[in-house]
Amino acid sequence: MRKKKKCIAMLLAGGQGSRLGVLTKSIAKPAVPFGGKYRIIDFTLSNCVNSGIDTVGVLTQYKPMELNEYIGNGQPWGLDRNHGGVHILQPFTKIKSKEWYKGTANAIYQNLAFIERYEPKNVLVLSGDHIYKMDYEKMLYEHEKNDADCTIAVIDVPLSEASRFGIMNTDKDGRIYEFCEKPKEPKSTKASMGVYIFKTEVLKSYLQEDNKDEASDHDFGKNIIPNMLSCGKRMQAYSFSGYWKDVGTIESLWEANMDLLSGEDAPSLDDNDSRVYARDYNYPPTYFCAGSGVYDAMISKGCEIAGNVSHSIISGNCRIAEGARVENSVLFPGCTVGKNAHISYAILGSDVSIGEDARVGVMAQGKEAKKQKITVLGSKFKLENAQTVAAGEMLEAKK
Amino acid sequence: MKMMGIIFSNIYDEHLGEITKERTLASLPFGGRYRLIDFPLSNMVNSGITNVGVITKSNYQSLMDHLGKGAEWDLDRKIDGLFILPPFGTGQKSVYKDKIEALWGAKRFLERSDEEYVLMTDSNIICSIDYSEVLKSHRETGADITVVVRKETIENKSDVKNLVVSCDEEGRIVDALVNFNRPGTYLCGMGMYLFRRDKLLDLLDEAHSYNRLDFERDLIQEKKNTLRIMRYEHTKGALRIDSVRRYFDANMALLQKETRDEIFSSGGDVYTKIRDEIPTVYGKKAKLVNSLVADGCRIEGEVENSILFRGVMVAEGAVVKNSILMQDTHVGKNVELEYIIADKEVEITDGRLLVGAPQNQMIISKGKIV
Repeated sequence: MRKKKKCIAMLLAGGQGSRLGVLTKSIAKPAVPFGGKYRIIDFTLSNCVNSGIDTVGVLTQYKPMELNEYIGNGQPWGLDRNHGGVHILQPFTKIKSKEWYKGTANAIYQNLAFIERYEPKNVLVLSGDHIYKMDYEKMLYEHEKNDADCTIAVIDVPLSEASRFGIMNTDKDGRIYEFCEKPKEPKSTKASMGVYIFKTEVLKSYLQEDNKDEASDHDFGKNIIPNMLSCGKRMQAYSFSGYWKDVGTIESLWEANMDLLSGEDAPSLDDNDSRVYARDYNYPPTYFCAGSGVYDAMISKGCEIAGNVSHSIISGNCRIAEGARVENSVLFPGCTVGKNAHISYAILGSDVSIGEDARVGVMAQGKEAKKQKITVLGSKFKLENAQTVAAGEMLEAKK
Repeated sequence: MKMMGIIFSNIYDEHLGEITKERTLASLPFGGRYRLIDFPLSNMVNSGITNVGVITKSNYQSLMDHLGKGAEWDLDRKIDGLFILPPFGTGQKSVYKDKIEALWGAKRFLERSDEEYVLMTDSNIICSIDYSEVLKSHRETGADITVVVRKETIENKSDVKNLVVSCDEEGRIVDALVNFNRPGTYLCGMGMYLFRRDKLLDLLDEAHSYNRLDFERDLIQEKKNTLRIMRYEHTKGALRIDSVRRYFDANMALLQKETRDEIFSSGGDVYTKIRDEIPTVYGKKAKLVNSLVADGCRIEGEVENSILFRGVMVAEGAVVKNSILMQDTHVGKNVELEYIIADKEVEITDGRLLVGAPQNQMIISKGKIV
């Protein structure tokens, strides 16, 4: 008989990520490229593997094709296992009903059969849209030590920003006695990271209960956690310190990329014990022409750099022609920047091509605002020679 | 028509001296992130070959580590896939000396396979070639053996080519010279041969019973009149690695766009083992001129006309020129390097000045601290 699993992970990856605009037009948010060679989901998947969790259900719903293909059999993360491994869980029809995932809790509810197959003692619930490195094993250890029904990872946020998060009020032992979703007047600075560990049996009963409640939004933050709390279940907060960033908006996605360059507490990606894994593509090394310039940048393989790159993240297989300037920008894979073009404070989606002498996001001289707006061009956008895209615009490719 | 592949991983080891001391020629690092075997293996995969045997002789640990189960080449298959064929596999008492003996050792693998044709190649030539075109030519010309050749120049007496052929009008090989060194331009064998599998097995049995060992001499030169041996000319670029100098030059040739285009973009991708490196980080004082840089490096200094493999660190103030730095080489602060081949995991401590010569590069062997 197969050994029962101590803990399996359920990774919620079905969200549209509508605040990322054109970047999530044809792909789910967790599949958005990040940091020159990664996708956002690589961080949570790698965390699982590095924490000894070898069974992960990935719940997808919105535009799943690219994400499903990217995850494939899970081999890049070492998740191609006979018993366990990574599994894509998509909505499916039942005997009497055909329904989509109606909320985070409902998505897990609909896949209880998957959880039951592995008979785990605990279930780790994650969302696939944060950039952070965390050892879930330590959290699991605390969870079991406290004999908690549910442990919620929390991170200290500045009081001024606390009203954007779900805030936990805890006693001195870390036991949660109150939870407020986006409170107007926060009483603490412990924000939920959207990382939960549940006792499997407790999770099951609350999900079943929640499913019967027609008024429910079927959401962990809005329904499951408050319900458990009001029933007096043992809920513990687990404090995490370190880099953690929600990349749900254009600004935060851009910032998280830039943090890799000079952010002091940015996650180290090549740490041998907790490496971030990604599906790799076979590009040759990057070539630098004579006359190229590079200053404080991260550049992946397969590129040809003849122009100037400063304070930017360049993904694989990009071409930057001579005289071109790319500054404070993030280029997704396969972008081409023509001669003497100038890109500033921009995110270029996959396979964007910028014509010669074109300008993207460049502010008029002397007008540089303190907080520069980020310009975004969607995947396969083609900007003709000498055209201009003003700062802060978001454009998608014409059909 | 199905074809299988055989790759010889050790044949020219002795020409490369120090850098093949602890590895096969096939596992020699090349071009920033590859090993030599990646090129023939990727060519085979890109030509639709899915059953490949890699014949090894000695020092093959690094090669096995590199190839693993062949996943990166899509050769981790339930049916066929990648087979590493070490010596002593079938009861031999000694290690083989030449290809015929090596093939004899791989006889069972050849017999068990069911492809109609066998394409075999050495691993010392880097090129992009479509073997299905070689097969097409083999069938159209009704050849018993097809030899892949390319026009190359013998520069001087010490430049020995292991096979030089001359052909008649229809491309049949009428003369074959082995270990030839008279300066001039000739059609030179690229170490790639195509046979019908049953024909190859017959020839092996025959060679074995006469104790013939030398592939080029006993199978090509000797049989040119009795067998229909045809040439297939590869007209695009190729880089032959038969000495340390040529190894250096071949790496440097990748700094030219035409060479890169021919080798990386014409036939298909070149696959290699994945190392999960981060994109390379360039500091505020980094300067790069005409160089190839792989993933996972950290560059704070200046790099010119050089090839940097994965995981190389170049500290602030360091200047690297005309050099090849293999995986995980660390170059300390204010170091100056010129005409250096640093093998894997070399550490060059702060302030060193190391200069080789343009025709004779200084080799720093694996793991050394300078």
